[in-house]
Amino acid sequence: MTALMHLAARSLWNRRFTAGLALLSITISVALLIGVEKVRTEARSSFTQTVAGTDLIVGARSGSIQLLLYSVFRIGDATANVSWESYQRITSHPMVAWAIPLSLGDSHRGYRVVGTTNSYFERLRYGGNRSLELAAGTWFEDLFEATLGAEVARSLGYDIGDEITLAHGTGSHSFVDHDDMPFTISGILAPTGTPVDQSIHVSLEAIEAIHLGWQSGIPIPGQEVSPEDARSQELTPRSITAFLLGLESRAAVFQIQRAINAYPDEALSAILPGVALQQLWNLVGIAENALLVVAAFVVLAGLAGMVTMLLASLSERRREMAILRSVGARPVHVFGLLTAESTLLGITGAVAGFALVYGAMALGAPLAQASFGIHLTPSAPSVRELTLLGMVIAGAALAGAVPAWRAYRLSLADGLSIRT
Amino acid sequence: MSSDSPQSIIALAGIRYRWRPNAPVVLDVEQLDIAPGERLFIRGPSGSGKTTLLGIMGGVLTPGSGHVHLAGSDLATLSAAARDRLRANEIGFVFQMFNLIPYLSVLDNVLLPCRFSRKRSERAAADREPAAEARRLLARLGLSEAALLTRDVAELSMGQQQRVAVARALIGRPGIVIADEPTSALDVDSRDEFLELLQEECTASGAALLFVSHDVSLAHHFDRTLDMRMLNRALDGEADSS
Repeated sequence: MTALMHLAARSLWNRRFTAGLALLSITISVALLIGVEKVRTEARSSFTQTVAGTDLIVGARSGSIQLLLYSVFRIGDATANVSWESYQRITSHPMVAWAIPLSLGDSHRGYRVVGTTNSYFERLRYGGNRSLELAAGTWFEDLFEATLGAEVARSLGYDIGDEITLAHGTGSHSFVDHDDMPFTISGILAPTGTPVDQSIHVSLEAIEAIHLGWQSGIPIPGQEVSPEDARSQELTPRSITAFLLGLESRAAVFQIQRAINAYPDEALSAILPGVALQQLWNLVGIAENALLVVAAFVVLAGLAGMVTMLLASLSERRREMAILRSVGARPVHVFGLLTAESTLLGITGAVAGFALVYGAMALGAPLAQASFGIHLTPSAPSVRELTLLGMVIAGAALAGAVPAWRAYRLSLADGLSIRT
Repeated sequence: MSSDSPQSIIALAGIRYRWRPNAPVVLDVEQLDIAPGERLFIRGPSGSGKTTLLGIMGGVLTPGSGHVHLAGSDLATLSAAARDRLRANEIGFVFQMFNLIPYLSVLDNVLLPCRFSRKRSERAAADREPAAEARRLLARLGLSEAALLTRDVAELSMGQQQRVAVARALIGRPGIVIADEPTSALDVDSRDEFLELLQEECTASGAALLFVSHDVSLAHHFDRTLDMRMLNRALDGEADSS
C-alpha cells in the first residue's frame, strides 16, 4: 500500500499542472465549506457572548427576535417605547438586582447612540463574565458628555475632548441634526467584540435634552433650545426604548417574565435572551443550511473536476498500466493506484482548504473585529469541521473509484499489450 | 520433452485461444518448451499471434484449452492473483519502446518489480540491498553515472531507456526474460550492442531469454529459432481458408 501511495504521489507530481488545477478546485471548495461552518459558529458564539449576563430584556410588546435585535444588537428599530413609569415600577421589584435602561433612535455618522445610565458601564457583561473597561478617559458624567465604543473611536479617529454632534434617526446621512447641542467625548471603551464597540453612549437626560422643543420626531421652528437652557429644564425621560434586567436569582426569571408580560398599564414583552437567540438561530438556520448545501455542492463540483482530470488522463496512461502489470501489478493494484491518487488529492485539498480558512482567520481577525464586531477567536477545529473534512476525503476516495474502475477494466482488457 | 517437464521454465501444451467464445482461434500451439537458461528466438511478424502468446505465457490471457506451466506451476490451477504473483516472480519483460514509467526515476523504475514481488525483492537483496543491486545491474549495462540514476527517464536516449528496461527485467533474478521487439527502435550499432548486453546479463543471472522479433537477421545470436508461422497452427487454417 505504501508502494502504491509512493507511485500515486509521483504520478500526480508528474502531472502537477492538471493535478494542481484539480487540487485548487478542491481546496477552494473545502475552504468555502469550512468557512461557512466557521462563520456560523463564530457568529453564534459572538452573539451568545454578547447577551451572556442578562436575565431578561424588556421592551414594548413585539416579537422576541425583534426585541433582542434592536435592544442588544442595535439592528432594526423599536415599534414603540416603554414609559418611564413602567420602567420605575418594574425595576423596583425586590427580585430585580439591576437594570440597564436603553434609549435608542439617534446616531452619529452611522453609529448608534445609546442613552443609558452608569449601570450600563457597571453591570453589562460580555464574553463569559467580563465587565466593560475604559481604554481612555471616564464614563460620561456631564449632560453633554459621551463615551465611545472602541470601534467608533478607532474608525472615526476620535479622541478624548473631541466634540461630536448627534443626528436624529439611525441612517448614516441624516437630514435632521442635533447640531445645536454638541457633545464632548469623555471616554473611550476597550474593545469587546460586541455591539458596544459600535455604540456612542450618553445619558438618558442628554437624549431628553437634545429633543427639547421637538414634536413627533421633528424640531418645531421657533422653539429651539440652547444647551444652556436645556440644563435648567426638567430632563427626566418620559420614555425609554428597552431595558435589560439582572435578577437576584435566576430561579425568578419566569415569574418576573410572566409579571411583565401581564403588566396591566402597558403592553410589554420580557424575553429570555438565550431563548430569543435560539429562535433567531432556528430562523437563520434555514439560510445557514442553504449556504452549507451550496458549499457542499461546490465540493461536489470540485470532486467532479478531479474525476474528469483522472478520467482524461487514463487514455494516455494505458501504456503505464501495461508496464505496471508486466512488473507484477495486479488489476486491483491499478484500481488502488487511481484511488490513491484521488485520495491524496482529497487529503491535500482538504488540508489546504482548512489551512486557508484558518490562515485567513488569523490574518483577518482584526478586520472582522473592526468591520463587523465579530470576534474571531483562534480555536481548535470543532468535531463538526473535522467530520466535514473526513467526508470530503472519503468523498474524494469514493469519487476516485470511477476512474479507478475504468482503469481496472482497461488493464484487464489490455493485459500486457501496450496501447496508446 | 514432456510439457510438464520440471526442467522447463515455460511449457505450453495444446494451447488454443480465441478472443470470444465464438470467435475464430487466433493461437493454436501444440507444444513449446523453454529450458532454463535457454536463448530462444521467435520470429513473428505483426498479426502472427505473438502478443497473444506472450499474454498467455504471462498468465494475463487464459487459453480455452491446453496447459501453461510457468516455473513448474500449472497456471490453470492458479487464481488470477496467484498468476499475477507468479508472473511478477518469474518473468522480466522488455517491450518495444517506452518501457519506463515516466514519473519515476531510473532507479525507481528498475526497483519496480521488487515493489510488487516479494520473491524478487528477496532475491535481489540476497547479496546486497535492492537499490545496490539495481545500481550494480545498471552499471553492468553501462549506466553507472550517479546523475543518470535520478534523472527524468524522458531525458534518456532510446538505447539508454532499453538498457534500463533490461536492468528492471533482470532484477531479482526471474526465471525468464521475455523481450518483445526490444531493438526495433534502436539503430543498427546500438542494436547489436544491446543484444550483446542482454545476452550477457541473462547468462550472468541464469535467466532464460525469449526474444520475439520480426527481424530474422538477429536469429543467429540465439540457441534456437522458431517461426511463429510454424508454431501457430491457427495461421495455417487462416491461410487455407483465404
